[in-house]
Amino acid sequence: MNETFTKAMARNIFYGGSLFFILVFLGLTYHTEKVLPERDHRENITEQVVHGKKVWEENNCIGCHTLLGEGAYFAPELGNVYKRFGNSKAAIMAFIKYRPVDGIKGRRSMPQFNLSDEELEAVAEFLKWTSEIDTSNWPPNIQG
Amino acid sequence: MKYESQKIARLYFIAALGLFAGQILFGLIMGLQYVIGDFLFPAIPFNVARMVHTNLLIIWLLFGFMGAAYFMIPEESETELFSPKLAIVLFWVFLAAGVLTVLGYLLVPYARLAEMTGNDLLPTMGREFLEQPLITKVGIVIVALGFVFNVGMTVLRGRKTVISSILMIGLIGLAVMFLFSFYNPENLVRDKFYWWWVVHLWVEGVWELILGSLLAFVLIKVTGVDREVIEKWLYMIVAMALITGILGTGHHYFWIGAPEYWQWLGSVFSAMEPIPFFMMTLFAFNMVNKRRRDHPNKAAVLWAMGTGVMAFLGAGVWGFLHTLAPVNYYTHGTQLTAAHGHMAFYGAYAMVVMCIISYAMPLMRGRIANSNRSQVTEMWGFWLMTVSMVFITLFLTAAGVVQVWLQRYTDTPLPFMIVQDKMAIFFWMREVAGVFFLGGLCVYLWSFFIGTDAEAARDSAKVLVKSSTKEYSKETAIA
Ligand code: HEM
Ligand code: HEM
Ligand SMILES: [Fe+2]
Repeated sequence: MNETFTKAMARNIFYGGSLFFILVFLGLTYHTEKVLPERDHRENITEQVVHGKKVWEENNCIGCHTLLGEGAYFAPELGNVYKRFGNSKAAIMAFIKYRPVDGIKGRRSMPQFNLSDEELEAVAEFLKWTSEIDTSNWPPNIQG
Repeated sequence: MKYESQKIARLYFIAALGLFAGQILFGLIMGLQYVIGDFLFPAIPFNVARMVHTNLLIIWLLFGFMGAAYFMIPEESETELFSPKLAIVLFWVFLAAGVLTVLGYLLVPYARLAEMTGNDLLPTMGREFLEQPLITKVGIVIVALGFVFNVGMTVLRGRKTVISSILMIGLIGLAVMFLFSFYNPENLVRDKFYWWWVVHLWVEGVWELILGSLLAFVLIKVTGVDREVIEKWLYMIVAMALITGILGTGHHYFWIGAPEYWQWLGSVFSAMEPIPFFMMTLFAFNMVNKRRRDHPNKAAVLWAMGTGVMAFLGAGVWGFLHTLAPVNYYTHGTQLTAAHGHMAFYGAYAMVVMCIISYAMPLMRGRIANSNRSQVTEMWGFWLMTVSMVFITLFLTAAGVVQVWLQRYTDTPLPFMIVQDKMAIFFWMREVAGVFFLGGLCVYLWSFFIGTDAEAARDSAKVLVKSSTKEYSKETAIA
């Protein structure tokens, strides 16, 4: 770098540029928060959905699965599992409930979490709500 | 090394490398579970191994950053550390918190751990990378505060340099952004939105400041290039990092329910994120070419150049590969993401920590540099680990392409698990590359035990004598 471009100039670009983009980012965050209700359908977040999210978190489901494409890549995407299972909460609950304790020989298998019926309902309801978020048409197809 | 208190860094570096080894072990366990699904099931399910792998990574990098700061700040500030005692106490607190947390993951079912550690009070657990129990998170904040206070007071007391200010901003930013890990809205979309304020604004934001300042420090020391020149580069690198990286957060807001303008903003700004990484590569190579002396520590120079190149490849090239919204639509959350995550974390952060360790560790052991034999072994470790990581990345990329092709970019998408079976060959090859990586790590660790002080002194003297008679760009300086 040459002599006409001084260290003081570089410093000003750093502080000025960063500050500017922090402010822009905060502004955009504010705007996002304002329009989000149209896309996340928060009016449908019932107590059961909230409980379901907690069950999801307390069993670390994200440690194997992706949810809206984020998480681990060991097991299927679950953002659209409600639709993949034929819009059926019962199918989701049955799947989780009947995982074999000792796994499946030679195959990846999901642990048996011993969830109560109430917890099963809740997590299924959470996944149903999640499948209704407006994700700009992601995933590209039902397989997730 | 001029100040006694710099030696505290040694504790931090040893802990970092120990935890690094643990991280790799669990990586190999998971790699095997990818192809032999019931391996260690149900004793260590995949999600538990993954938490251990990624959390150990974060903890050891934090140990590395803190060690680096304890080494660099007194030297930059030209004064002893404000409180060496505090630094030692915090070390043991952090190590205990880290080890207990990992033991908790391994020995207690996660739901039980959540219950025991008060997740009901404030639910923060069960989110990727932020799986730590509430008490661990609070512990991290306390350690971070004490640490920032300690190095901050040292900076305030002594000489202020650009390197130490950028490092301080990076470290304070790291602590501040971590506070968002306590914010877990019930609305999943908002949860994800702010989750990235920790994860993205760390690795593509404030951590880049830490990365840049560590690199600049080592380059000043090993090349003897004028501080003015180095500092100007550093300012420009970190300026570009934040100018592109802050709005670049938008590349994670494409498909999580956020408004669609993020597809434009995220694509445009994150497409420029490779610039600061490219500048780091230029920076390292330019400074080494313009060097005013040959430093006896050749291994540290290799790590510095390697960090530049691998950070650019992993973050810049592999990041760019899937950062444009129309591409990301198909690649989001596939093995391509894992490929990028690995090379970026290794190439940028793991390597820069090993770079500062390579430079600082011999000094703390009373040497200018290690003996030739030790350095050659260290460089073998460097190449084995780095080339293995390149192969891990290539195999995961191949797996990712197959996955996108069969499951996403097609009119007849196959189910996830069927596609996973078809990718098995690449997962096997990744595991083999992983074993080579572990081999490289062992060689690297072994290099610390090679060669005596006398041998080191003799080898260093040879380089210094040669260096003092050679013609460099302008004046020659020995330090
Ligand atoms: C022996 C070498 C390694 C193996 C076999 C390995 C294996 C794995 C596996 C199987 C996963 C989980 C992927 C999934 O969610 O399905 C993972 C995640 C991860 N590993 Fe490794 N790993 C290794 C070394 C490393 C190293 C050296 C680093 C960084 C310095 C690293 C950083 C990460 C990160 C950041 C993730 C999370 C990735 C994401 O969320 O996209 N790993 N690793
Ligand atoms: C050293 C710097 C970087 C590190 C350590 C890093 C690491 C990671 C990791 C671990 C993930 C996976 C997160 C998850 O689990 O969901 C990720 C995702 C991503 N990164 Fe980076 N990254 C870096 C820089 C970059 C850069 C410079 C770009 C763009 C040019 C980029 C583009 C992306 C994109 C687009 C994703 C999302 C992938 C998806 O949709 O699944 N990254 N990064
Ligand atoms: Fe990012």
